[in-house]
Amino acid sequence: MSILQIILIFIWSSIVGSGSVLDEFQTHRPLIACSIMGLILGDPAKGLVLGGTLELIALGWMNIGAAQSPDSALASTISTILVIVGGQSIGKGIAIALPVAAAGQVLTVFARTITVAFQHAAVKAAENANFRAIEILHFSALFVQALRVSIPTTLVAVFVSPDMVKAMLDALPKVVTGGLTVAGGFIVVVGYAMILNMMSVKYLMPFFYLGFVLGGYLKLSLLAFGIVGLIFAILYVQLNPKFAHPVKAVAESNQSNSGGDLADDELED
Amino acid sequence: MEDKKTEIAKEKTKLTKKDIFQTFIFENFQQASFNFETIHGLAFCVDMIPTIRRVYKSKEERVKALKRHLAFFNVTPAFCGPVVGITMAMEQGRSEGEEIDEGTIQSLKVGLMGPLAGVGDPLMWGTLRPILAALGASLALQGSWFGPLIFFFAFNGVRLGLKWYGLKLGLDRGLALVKDISGNLLPKLTEGATVLGLFIMGVLVTKWTTINIPLVVSRTTTGGKTTVTTFQQILDQLCPGLPALGLTLLMMYLLKKKVNPIILIFALFGLGILGYGLGILK
Repeated sequence: MSILQIILIFIWSSIVGSGSVLDEFQTHRPLIACSIMGLILGDPAKGLVLGGTLELIALGWMNIGAAQSPDSALASTISTILVIVGGQSIGKGIAIALPVAAAGQVLTVFARTITVAFQHAAVKAAENANFRAIEILHFSALFVQALRVSIPTTLVAVFVSPDMVKAMLDALPKVVTGGLTVAGGFIVVVGYAMILNMMSVKYLMPFFYLGFVLGGYLKLSLLAFGIVGLIFAILYVQLNPKFAHPVKAVAESNQSNSGGDLADDELED
Repeated sequence: MEDKKTEIAKEKTKLTKKDIFQTFIFENFQQASFNFETIHGLAFCVDMIPTIRRVYKSKEERVKALKRHLAFFNVTPAFCGPVVGITMAMEQGRSEGEEIDEGTIQSLKVGLMGPLAGVGDPLMWGTLRPILAALGASLALQGSWFGPLIFFFAFNGVRLGLKWYGLKLGLDRGLALVKDISGNLLPKLTEGATVLGLFIMGVLVTKWTTINIPLVVSRTTTGGKTTVTTFQQILDQLCPGLPALGLTLLMMYLLKKKVNPIILIFALFGLGILGYGLGILK
């Protein structure tokens, strides 16, 4: 493999890695990631077919809420190298892609843990109203995710040995990777607590508990919960004697009435 | 003369087309700093930077606004527009002296993000992407480059449209809302938004947090059948999501006691590793 190809692989797998966390441009999907890798490696037809095959397998891999799916980014880049440079069949490429996707998931958990530090550095920068620093922190966090994919991919490209990468990943103690994954499931409570402290009004906290209990028992979509919450909000405002001022309302008659209707309409929006 | 001066000063604190466009660009990197603590917290703050820079001129106000928007936020990335737009309008209104307090802004954000994620996740990840990807993959398998190309351009076309028009919609609606804010509406909005926001937070605490405690409490054998009862099953019978609620309330208490959030984060990571190592958490 030429130096130029290795550089291109590094750049493209960085873009793929960034894409995997952004989930905007979809460069991390096998259909795109494998096709471009094939182009770089000089066998676009094989890359295209591998991308299509892997894409169909990965159709259901999606990030819902705060959870992570298997990592299609690393799976795509590494399996393309092994199929085209390593001379493996498409079937073998798929077989390699699946454990690599699981390994990539572990790596992204690490990356999303490291970026907690970026969040805290941004809080520090906010104390000085340093706009530039906050922007730089935000965008440089992307490099963590870019390197997460480009370093293992480039290593495989240079040595064409998936075993080496797998051995390196296995060297990470299971208790740490497993523990971080477990913690990744609930670390967000700190974020919840901060925002709750900002918006909580003590006498309205029952609505928080109401949401919690209903959320635990009802299998509704979040949209449906939004509608239920909105209904509670409207009922609360309408029935609250604090907002009813009968004497004034009568005096101002129709005008104030239409004003009130308008107010409720706005709230619904 | 004096009037003209204040007029000019006021114009300078109104959001411009450039600010809105810059926000739109930033929105395309909504998950760049995805982190387990605040998910899109840092990203939302960056989305708000053009607004904060425009509408607030004193350092004190800017610091407060920046910190306000570093808080927890999470939504399907393609659906962040309406929330960002309405928040921009609220901040502009606040800077012009409308009595929109911090809690109202936060509550609106939370109240909108939950339902939007509820629409966005199934629509983008469960419908649009699988359909386009399956179409693209079938073309790719026939060796056609139209496969990846159609997938890329169609998906991103829809996504960019949602981001841009979502942002405009949120901003326009928000500005209209701020303009109409008068008399009785503002306290109504404040309380109503807080009710909605707190309700959604309650739902999210149980839906978006994963804690599993497979600790075996009892093992009973009746007629050759072994029934294993785990701690998690007992908790779920009481009420689903109790550990998440307990942890959230504990964190709220500790944060109020001025415990550094970094310490809390490390403690929770420690808890995760320790619990996993001992087989209590999974």
